[in-house]
Amino acid sequence: MNIVINGKHEQVALSEPTLINLLAEYSLQGKSVIVEANGQIVPKDELASTNVKDGDRIEIVQFVGGG
Amino acid sequence: MHNRYSRQELFLKEKQPFANKHVLLVGAGALGSALAEMLVRAGIGRLTIIDRDYVDWTNLQRQQLYKEQDAQERLPKAEAAKKRLEEINSDVFISAVTADGGPEELSALMNAHLPDLLLDGTDNFETRFLINDLSQKYNVPWIYGACVGSQGISCVIVPGETPCLACLLDVLPAEGMTCDTAGIIAPAVQMTTAIQGAEALKILAGRWEEVSRELVSFDLWKNTYSSIKIASLKKASCPSCGKEASHPYLSEANRTRTAVLCGRDTVQVRPSEERAFNLSQLALTMEQHGTKVKTNGFLLSAIVSGKRIVLFQDGRMLIHGTKNTADAKKLYQQLLG
Repeated sequence: MNIVINGKHEQVALSEPTLINLLAEYSLQGKSVIVEANGQIVPKDELASTNVKDGDRIEIVQFVGGG
Repeated sequence: MHNRYSRQELFLKEKQPFANKHVLLVGAGALGSALAEMLVRAGIGRLTIIDRDYVDWTNLQRQQLYKEQDAQERLPKAEAAKKRLEEINSDVFISAVTADGGPEELSALMNAHLPDLLLDGTDNFETRFLINDLSQKYNVPWIYGACVGSQGISCVIVPGETPCLACLLDVLPAEGMTCDTAGIIAPAVQMTTAIQGAEALKILAGRWEEVSRELVSFDLWKNTYSSIKIASLKKASCPSCGKEASHPYLSEANRTRTAVLCGRDTVQVRPSEERAFNLSQLALTMEQHGTKVKTNGFLLSAIVSGKRIVLFQDGRMLIHGTKNTADAKKLYQQLLG
């Protein structure tokens, strides 16, 4: 499946095409992140039930603490 | 006559809009150094810097205000920063505070001289949530910024308008993504502060319509950049900015007494009440007991039980070579009671 993540074209293969699996693919599951799919923020409790499909534009922002 | 601001004024189409502005900068590490230099060069009226640490050799790779001599002398960062910044622009009134910025210390600074903007140069979420509550209580905007590895993130928080940090994050992240575990490259610092700095200039110039209302993040190694509109995340029930806000992080009870410092394999221990130490007297006593001690007027350093310790006048101690807060507390109590 071809999607755009944080502005970059990526090819990903997910066992089940959900946002939570996509986060796991990037080792971000359970981390402090905000996810936007096609311009809409996806609430945390809907990450497992929201599907990712070909051509989607996903933004993933991870909170970090250093400085 | 010098016109040091001519290029900036040409862009802004306004003469010295920052001259009467006051910024309170919390933290003078990598982010803090870069932000301070930008604002001082831009000609703000007043900059207050609070930082709890001193300059170490591992800082020099990215903390642009400091030099080898500062690390050799272990100067407190706030003092070393002030010295360098005054060389850059002597028109700016700079005050340096060497202290751990807790609720009491930061509230005192807000009360003494209310800033137009609070800037985040810290390395931990505990202090950021405190800044977030102060911003709401005093109705002063703040700009979150953080970086680790090759990543960075920033967001402008305007009380009464945008969501606050507690709206975006319901719990303090505890996933250990710090300079300690992932390291950091200087460009990630510069990119983060470029974003924070630009927003700071817009706010200080009163150009509110240009201020970003998005959460921005990037990764310079992976060549990614993203920006999310966050207005929909504002929570009416938020404990920091909601209708019945209680500002939970302003309570001293929520404050830990020990903290592991980012990237340093070091634990800081704070006394439960501020204690004023006579460092030269203490050095004398320790030397009489066979411990080699160095003091520079601001702090005392020595090797105790195989660990390098640094004691500040306000009673805070940094214990190097450990991440164990219980051991650190024990050593502190062994030394100072």
